[in-house]
Amino acid sequence: MSALSFDKVTIRLGGRDILRNASFSIEDGEFVGMLGANGAGKTTLMRASLGLLPLSAGEVRALGRRATRGNPEIGYMPQNRGALAGLRLRGWDVVASAAIGARFGFVTLDKAMRREIDWALDMVGARELARRSLGELSGGERQRVLLSQALIGKPRLIMLDEPLISLDPGHQRNVVEIARRICDDLKVAILFSAHELNPLVNAIDRVLYLGHGEAVIGAVDEVVAGPVLSRLYGAPIEVVRAGNRYYVMAGDVDVEHDAHRHDHHAHA
Amino acid sequence: MLDYDFMRTAFAASGVAALLAGTVGFFLVMRGQTFAGHALSHVGFTGATGAILFGLPPLAGLVGFTFVAGIGMGLFGEKLAERDVAIGMMLSLALGLGLLFLHFYTAAATQASALLFGNVLGVDSAALLTLAALALASFAALAIIIRPLIFASLESELAEARGVPVRFVSTAFLAIVAVAVAECAQIVGVLLVFTLMVGPAAAAQNFSRKLMGGAALAAGLALAEAWGGLTLAFYTDWPTSFWITALSGLVYLGSLAVRFRAR
Repeated sequence: MSALSFDKVTIRLGGRDILRNASFSIEDGEFVGMLGANGAGKTTLMRASLGLLPLSAGEVRALGRRATRGNPEIGYMPQNRGALAGLRLRGWDVVASAAIGARFGFVTLDKAMRREIDWALDMVGARELARRSLGELSGGERQRVLLSQALIGKPRLIMLDEPLISLDPGHQRNVVEIARRICDDLKVAILFSAHELNPLVNAIDRVLYLGHGEAVIGAVDEVVAGPVLSRLYGAPIEVVRAGNRYYVMAGDVDVEHDAHRHDHHAHA
Repeated sequence: MLDYDFMRTAFAASGVAALLAGTVGFFLVMRGQTFAGHALSHVGFTGATGAILFGLPPLAGLVGFTFVAGIGMGLFGEKLAERDVAIGMMLSLALGLGLLFLHFYTAAATQASALLFGNVLGVDSAALLTLAALALASFAALAIIIRPLIFASLESELAEARGVPVRFVSTAFLAIVAVAVAECAQIVGVLLVFTLMVGPAAAAQNFSRKLMGGAALAAGLALAEAWGGLTLAFYTDWPTSFWITALSGLVYLGSLAVRFRAR
């Protein structure tokens, strides 16, 4: 059984086909890096997998059943837009609010839930950090505390939307290592979106590349290659490889790097 | 002071309103929706003046109008930018209509002043009963939605993915805010609703890093400010609403000092 499968899926948003007749699947326990230009549909694909978007055609199945909202077996971390950066609440309380946030009524945290929150924080090495308020943490530390939320509920598929955004290289490596360890220790499938391949390349099992309504999945060397990427970018692309680093070039411009350069201004 | 019947009623009414306003205000500030609370109070002004014009109790008009407007606001705009304009338009339209209603009503001046700046000493025991019943219902409703409300306020995208009906929760919350605003308007007036809803809540967020503890602190501060204001007004004969705003401002300033010294 696949952790996530798209079967001839078309998603149309604002008159544009984000995905057109796309089919691919992610297997159980697999760590997949998702790449693609801005607007290629990385977030859209995750939202469709969570059952938050109507499909124009096709079927999305997550963990053996049709994607529906509120599937407890899927852990998710949305892209962090810095809304929590000014918050004076303790990290632990934020994680706890998420853990019991789907229940109506005056619910209180029981012992088992407290233990699970502590366990999730331990998994990402953020038990101590969570004692402080989110606003006091650096961007990378805050990201780790928030990452723990995706582990609560014993998920079998975890989707992380751009968890590396606006992190410095050290924190980027740290987050990727944590994700790899979670994948191995908990035997969960992970879909990890990023705008650059290089921080992920040593950790992932396969890469899912989006562009021009298409989704191509495969080993890094097969997908991140001139012919495939030229089709996905709709422009001639040359891939330059130096050791374990890949440079995706359109003419003399590094498309992966330059398309997102603005993201790096906001170091927290 | 408590030998007077009207003072006992005033203490009870302002206490009920302050506890509700402080608690609800805490979550309003957390969600960054204070502007919505402000606009609702202006809608309440229209409701109250309209009710007076048609010979109904002002409190009924106040609560009825804010409640409907709160639900309308919740169902309306999605994006914050759009919401700001929509709320601003509603706010001025509501005040304009209220002005028109007052224009047709002859004893306009005293009524207007009571509505705009509050008249806690004018609350009778029937109104007190209504205030208490509404507050009880609001607290019950808040207790039901509190967990999804906090989740959706902090991380709305994640809450949506986990199956929280985000739109329903925010609409229900604004309906509760509407009742709290109406209660506050009865005590400190339409124009000074902020003083009990936002002042204590913002101060509590500076003093405390806890969620439930912070909400309780906000309620406690609001209660202390309301009762303190009443007491000071009794001995000085200055307006109650003035004293409440003064205490609220002082406490907020103090909280800022505490917060920045803590850094």
